[in-house]
Amino acid sequence: MNNYSYIALIPLLPLATFLVLGLFGRKYFKTFSGTIGTASLLASTVLSLYTAYNYFFIDGKVNGVFQKIIALKYTWLQFSPSVSIDMGIILDPISVMMIVVVTFVSLMVHVFSLGYMKGEERFATYYAFLSLFTFSMLGLVLSSNIFQIYMFWELVGVSSFLLIGYYFEKPSAVAAAKKAFIVTRFADLGFLIGILILAFYSGTLDFGVLIERLTSTQSSQYISITSASFLGASMLTWGLTLVFIGGAGKSAMFPLHIWLPDAMEGPTPVSALIHAATMVVAGVYLVARLFPVFSIDVTALQIVTYVGAFSALLAAIIACTQTDIKRVLAYSTMSQIGYMMFALGVSKYGGENGLGYMASMFHLFTHAFFKSLLFLGAGAVIHLVHSNEMKDMGGLRKLMPITHITFLIACLAIAGIPPFAGFFSKEEILLAAYHSNYFVYGIAVFTSGLTAFYMFRLYYSIFWSREADVHDAHHGEGTFSMKLPLIILGVCALVAGFVPIASLITSDGAALETHVDIKFSALPVILAVLGIAMATFLYKTKSDRASNVAEGFGGLYTAAYKKFYIDEIYLFITKKIIFNLIGRPAAWIDKNIVDGFMNLLATTTGKISELIKGFQSGKVQNYTLYFFGGILGLAVLFIYLWK
Amino acid sequence: MNEISITQILFVSTALFFIGMYGLFTRRNMITMLMAIELILNSVNINFVAFNKYLYPGKLDGVFFTIFVITIAAAEAAVAIAIIINLYRSHHSIDVDDASELKY
Repeated sequence: MNNYSYIALIPLLPLATFLVLGLFGRKYFKTFSGTIGTASLLASTVLSLYTAYNYFFIDGKVNGVFQKIIALKYTWLQFSPSVSIDMGIILDPISVMMIVVVTFVSLMVHVFSLGYMKGEERFATYYAFLSLFTFSMLGLVLSSNIFQIYMFWELVGVSSFLLIGYYFEKPSAVAAAKKAFIVTRFADLGFLIGILILAFYSGTLDFGVLIERLTSTQSSQYISITSASFLGASMLTWGLTLVFIGGAGKSAMFPLHIWLPDAMEGPTPVSALIHAATMVVAGVYLVARLFPVFSIDVTALQIVTYVGAFSALLAAIIACTQTDIKRVLAYSTMSQIGYMMFALGVSKYGGENGLGYMASMFHLFTHAFFKSLLFLGAGAVIHLVHSNEMKDMGGLRKLMPITHITFLIACLAIAGIPPFAGFFSKEEILLAAYHSNYFVYGIAVFTSGLTAFYMFRLYYSIFWSREADVHDAHHGEGTFSMKLPLIILGVCALVAGFVPIASLITSDGAALETHVDIKFSALPVILAVLGIAMATFLYKTKSDRASNVAEGFGGLYTAAYKKFYIDEIYLFITKKIIFNLIGRPAAWIDKNIVDGFMNLLATTTGKISELIKGFQSGKVQNYTLYFFGGILGLAVLFIYLWK
Repeated sequence: MNEISITQILFVSTALFFIGMYGLFTRRNMITMLMAIELILNSVNINFVAFNKYLYPGKLDGVFFTIFVITIAAAEAAVAIAIIINLYRSHHSIDVDDASELKY
């Protein structure tokens, strides 16, 4: 067994970069800060790849089953002999996969930003925030303790807030940052209560012990948590559901998804890193981390399944109508995460039944590559066109050949066309859904056709549709540092599907046999091709066919374009109901009772001082008089009264 | 020659003390106030010497205290005159009522 303690360096290097760039960056490394950030992250990436190699191919496996390895453990807060908050590093297949994904995508984004963010006033701050995010995300995936994961979870939220609001001169960016923070924070309240419930009944905060105690049906903890019930559901269901609410908030699942499209106000590379590949899958990761516990609770798993499936479908429908290219990508992210969620939901623990778990992690892995590629490609397009709107684009394929090719690869990957990465992972998800729930399977297949349609709508609107304007060509495709990540990620989106995830990441650690069944794959692939064909028909050349179809859908189109009025419903609930019922009374109490009491104290003091201030007259002889009067008084006191 | 009783001496010192007190409260001129303070101190000195002589004739403690008080009175006079000079420099007057800015 190797000594894995060097793994601590993987998150600590970005932390050090954050401190150095955050404290000294703007003054001393104004132009080098990007290089510093990238270099330190490169070291982290190399270490992660080395770890992955060591873990997966040398010593992670004992008797054909991947083990959980606690690489480091340090007790931070000891509450009682058995309950403590530890700072630890856990290595198991999913955390090792996640550190590779996080460092790799983050590295690509760092490199891309060298060109994209060049010349920004707060260049060093940007890299400092990126490093902070990378640190928090790595800390999150490596956490061995449920409370530790919660702390990093919040840190991730903070860095996401900082990066969304990076262009803080724009009011819309500020509003989006606040929205993201408040919505996810609200969801995290559920997470915290869930943690407390699970920890209370299991008597521990450590993941390993918690899972062990809550999954063995004979243990006293298991009996107590399942027999205690509240509002008709057992405490286990409640705890898991609340934890899932936290995950749903971070992963933008319906109905907590409203922050994700607005989060696109941040710089595009940030969207690629945080709101596509890494942070938003934290919810999936959390469910996967606690999966052994989830798998024994049918109700919680069904909530996960239906929330995931519904989000996938809803987001796909909305994505078909949006005109801001980043918003299309945001909804497609939400849709794909919905896939990962319901894949977990339909899965069971162990063996062949654990297919969904494997598929979900597989999709998470491939999605990270092609989705960050899509976002970086969109970033390159926005860099050239200076607009997010589809109507300002078109015919860019000749101007930016590399972006065009890589974007096409990513679109094919997300649409699920073989042999691109998305095909394999989506295939497994559909198979898992097929084996357990036909309804969800139907939604998934339909959504996968929609996915192909809206992705190619996006692709054609950007790169075809009309001839490019000459004024678009005022500068080239971008610097080498912008093209390199596109190429690397493009290659990854091509080959990531061939990574044998099935033999590496499974619910119980043992390898899983998978095989591609052509008869089964045919339907989703045909649907995807149909979607692409439809998009080609409608959007390849400029015509009014698309708007005719939109009119044909009538109200449905408008509703989808308005994102099904979910934002408006939220506004109604918060502004009209919560503000009036809670906010206003609270404000009244604050203004009249709390402030009133303080004002009373202040005015009383003021009046008394007004009364007695005459004693301090500034005349020496008055003071002398008080002095002798005092002595006289004391003399009378001591001689006559103090007997 | 009649023996002078302690009562007579105390009467003198009490009179002196209240004359000093009256001067301190009524005069506005700082030098006069300083003189009034000296009167008060001297009335105390008389008391010390008188009590020493009539109550503890074999001891010298009261006389020593008188010497102390005279010394301190000298130092105090020096300080007070320095204050008066500075006051005159800043206010062009040594009337205490003219220097009443330090108030509420």
